[in-house]
Amino acid sequence: MRLELRGVSRSFGALQALEGASFTVEPGTVHGIIGPNGAGKTTLLNIISGVLGPSSGEVVLGGRRIDGLPPHRVAALGLTRTFQNIRLFPALSAVENVLVGQHRVRRAPLGARLLLLPSAARERQEATGRARALLDRVGIRERAEERSSNLSYGDQRRVEIARALSAEPRLLLLDEPTAGMNPVEASGVGTLIREVASAGVSVVLIEHNVRLVMDLCTRVTVLNFGRVIADGTPAAVSVDPAVITAYLGAAR
Amino acid sequence: MESFLATYASVFQFMLLNGLLALSVYATLCCGQLSLANAGFMCIGAFASAVLTQRASAPFPLALAAGALVPALLAVPLGFPVLRLRGVFLAIATIGFGEMVRVFFVNWDYTNGALGLVAIPQHTTTLLLVASVAAVTFFFARLRGSRIGYALEALREDEPAASTLGIDPARYKLAMFVLGAAIAGLAGALEAHLTFMVAPSGYGFGRAVDMLVWAVVGGISRVGGPLLGAFFLTALPEALRAAGHAVGLAPGPLRMGVNGLILLAVVLFLPNGLVAAPAAVRALLRRRKART
Repeated sequence: MRLELRGVSRSFGALQALEGASFTVEPGTVHGIIGPNGAGKTTLLNIISGVLGPSSGEVVLGGRRIDGLPPHRVAALGLTRTFQNIRLFPALSAVENVLVGQHRVRRAPLGARLLLLPSAARERQEATGRARALLDRVGIRERAEERSSNLSYGDQRRVEIARALSAEPRLLLLDEPTAGMNPVEASGVGTLIREVASAGVSVVLIEHNVRLVMDLCTRVTVLNFGRVIADGTPAAVSVDPAVITAYLGAAR
Repeated sequence: MESFLATYASVFQFMLLNGLLALSVYATLCCGQLSLANAGFMCIGAFASAVLTQRASAPFPLALAAGALVPALLAVPLGFPVLRLRGVFLAIATIGFGEMVRVFFVNWDYTNGALGLVAIPQHTTTLLLVASVAAVTFFFARLRGSRIGYALEALREDEPAASTLGIDPARYKLAMFVLGAAIAGLAGALEAHLTFMVAPSGYGFGRAVDMLVWAVVGGISRVGGPLLGAFFLTALPEALRAAGHAVGLAPGPLRMGVNGLILLAVVLFLPNGLVAAPAAVRALLRRRKART
């Protein structure tokens, strides 16, 4: 699903977190968003997912304006996300977290459950099976029944990705999915992202792991102080003088 | 045995009734809402049903249905603005609602103001109470593990994160607020036809807090928790009365003091409620074992 940002701005009091950000995420691609800390990356993700409204500008998803819609309406259109500061449901197990994610796609009339119909039991089994399969895919099948707050940091990130995927999104926003992971785990997540994109899901990826961004992304948008300072292929962006200045400082 | 039943039948009935009330609070607590409106809803349900049976000679089942439906319908417009509030602010707003209801009935001449209605026909049987508690418990038990059940748990744990997965917080919170009102109203109707009387003074702030205490002391992680809490805390003063007699102590303030101490101990040592007691004991034993 195509995502288009047109002049998106957002200020918090006197702080201009985003200023006129415009770029397009093409369907089925992995689109990286990079930039130094405080550049406005997470604010951008919050605006796309409806957690925050923009002060001005438009967000268009699949030809439909979504800025100003509440998060659950945006999610219903097929956009789910993970959070930089992991937000699992702590008292629920890993597999239950993923089951919550199926809310958008699970069709389970409560009536059948109240009447103790076998179809309801079957449906629940299938749903749990799908959730387990996703946990298997992100590599934590053995810890599916573990309370999610007891999982390691890296495992929690993976549960969160599985939870977002279980909604069968058409656009997936990942906010630093490999933070706190070792290189092997990170490349596992990279492989998963590539698989997800090749299945036709657009992925917006905020990531500090430069190698991962270069490997995965077909396009990269660079933010600095709330402005888009570069937008293009990873190769083009990495030699862009404005980007080098933003990261390393200007040559004297 | 027969005299035991005769003495304690009413204790048993109140255990069930209070169980129903604890479940009405559980309806909102299970999706993270701290509402204290249920004493008010109970009051409305009690008066609605009592007026129907006493003044209109309506059949009891109809009065019971009205006892649940009238507060549920009122909960819809009340829920829209009120459920935008969170935590302690929601608690305060719903306390305000409860007081409003009480003051309304104190000043309503049609239901005899502060005196309320008396000589209501006694229709509520123990069997009916058991059936009501069983039905509501069954509903909550089946809700768990369903799509809606997971949505409610997610809202309790982290509402903003839940909403990014397509869960509409307002819709589910309102639904559970209305359900809680219906259960509280049903309990009110059952109580009115058990004790022959309804008076506004019986549905004050204290009543709302009692329900909350039953639910929290029992534990809100599972539907069994609120039931257990209500059963335990309703039976405890009576058990202490019997125990006091056995050791020759006079009933009275001492009994309520012990009651309070036990309550305090439960809250201190079982933060997840009575329903979590087996798990807490297991953990304690494990630690003991690990030490030796």
